[in-house]
Amino acid sequence: MHNARGTTHEAYCVEREALSMKQFQVPRPPDDALRDMLASLMDKGKVGGVFALAQTGENSYSYALITDKKLLDHIVPTLPLMPANAGKMVSRLTMLEPVKTPIAVIMRPCELRALFELVKLEQARLDNLLFISYTCGGVLEMKTAKDGLQLKLEEYWKQVKTGGVSEDMRDSCRVCENFVPTGADITLTLVGNDNGKQTTVQVNSEKGEEFLAGLSYELTEAGPELEALDSMRKKRAEQKPDVFGQFAAEELGMAGLTALFGRCIGCHACGRACPVCYCSSCHFEAAENEFDPSTLETELTNRGALRLPTGTLYYQIGRLFHVSISCVGCGMCSDVCPVDIPVASLFAKLAGSVQGMFGYVSGRDAEEKIPTSTFEMEELEEIGA
Amino acid sequence: MADDGAARQLDKEILSPKPGIQSPAEGGGDFQPRIVGFLCNWCSYAGADLAGVTRLKMPPSMVAIRVMCSSRVDPLFVLKAFLAGADGVLVAGCHPGDCHYQTGNYYTRRRFALTLKVLEELGLEANRVRLSWVSASEGGRFAEVVTEFTETIRKAGPNPAKTEVFL
Repeated sequence: MHNARGTTHEAYCVEREALSMKQFQVPRPPDDALRDMLASLMDKGKVGGVFALAQTGENSYSYALITDKKLLDHIVPTLPLMPANAGKMVSRLTMLEPVKTPIAVIMRPCELRALFELVKLEQARLDNLLFISYTCGGVLEMKTAKDGLQLKLEEYWKQVKTGGVSEDMRDSCRVCENFVPTGADITLTLVGNDNGKQTTVQVNSEKGEEFLAGLSYELTEAGPELEALDSMRKKRAEQKPDVFGQFAAEELGMAGLTALFGRCIGCHACGRACPVCYCSSCHFEAAENEFDPSTLETELTNRGALRLPTGTLYYQIGRLFHVSISCVGCGMCSDVCPVDIPVASLFAKLAGSVQGMFGYVSGRDAEEKIPTSTFEMEELEEIGA
Repeated sequence: MADDGAARQLDKEILSPKPGIQSPAEGGGDFQPRIVGFLCNWCSYAGADLAGVTRLKMPPSMVAIRVMCSSRVDPLFVLKAFLAGADGVLVAGCHPGDCHYQTGNYYTRRRFALTLKVLEELGLEANRVRLSWVSASEGGRFAEVVTEFTETIRKAGPNPAKTEVFL
């Protein structure tokens, strides 16, 4: 059984197992709890740096790798903003060689999944990284950073506590059912908790336990808050008709697609922001993709007009072919689109179908192969006549 | 013609208007489908050659582009031909198990399944795209595939992408 995001029942169970029974509570809000924990880890020399979302100025937020403990008060790891997909940022740090000293990396589940996809694509390495993630309530659009963020945060955290969906969230977050991190060493269970006062920290791996050993926390055996997770999963599934409805196959077709992408200005920002669109020399930006005089003439003779910039639909559908198998539904593409094309929703919908075809959920497991980079001898016999 | 030049060849020669072959939509007479065929060097291209040498009868609807392996066909090649107005796109390679490079066509098969899925989900006509296995000794089969596919396309009519102005 696959649902529209391609989450199989098996994957659902993997998620449940990802949440361990070992946890401890800290009587501080999540960001403070993390700062304390990371400061202790740095003090003890267990990590040499911290990679997290940081406030870099008024209304300014970006990811940062921090190695000076004094700068840790800049980090805002659970603030619901995503200026870039952290998976892509970590790929940039580790592509050429693995980091040498252990670094604590705090990222959202979809960012972790993007990183795992990039590892499979040989664009990143996981050595010496300690992964801290949390059950994710989604993120707000990046432009919120300069526009009433504080007001919207109140409503946001209220929804996280009850396992609800906030109106201001990215569309891709509203329909995301993969909000429990898989593959993290330490998980904060934000969903279902009152995050104003206390934080529940789960230890998911031996590595996580090793890092936390010696810190003054007492592990207890307790189950995760499943009720709120179920509520959130259900509420998000309910959002799907609203977000995906406009992309029914019968609504699209050649006419629907030219209408949908009719505003596309060909800036390629969606591809640049996309964590799994990783080629360093992009076909769509290469000289070979420019129309030469004879192509130009052919096009004009055939159609009587030419839309400029050329090849925008070719780019969009082409990108769907290339990345739908690895798309993690993070929503970066829609967030950066200057003309508000709902790219992420279309991509997430197709990613669900394409990945579902292979029983695959992108980034669920760093060891799993991307379906298009492997095969079974006996399969798909209906394809190829 | 096995490199990125394949896409370029499409633009330059294959899809440029040729006198005598016009679709009804273009005001011509009977609709003669134009099919772009990506043929693997080791099996299907040789199969096509054999069909020709054997003088088998088949419609003159397909333009062949030779690729070293069917797995060289990026879905972008299919898309480019499709958007440029090819009425059909054929990808043909060695039968599963017979790939010159051992396993290339298994990857092709998965990638093609993905290609079909994306086209279907986008409401584009997936029946204009076909993957076939034709070995070097199957001249007859090659002629059959081309004849059959041409008929399918003839029934489907001209590719609407051909007349979509602001693509």
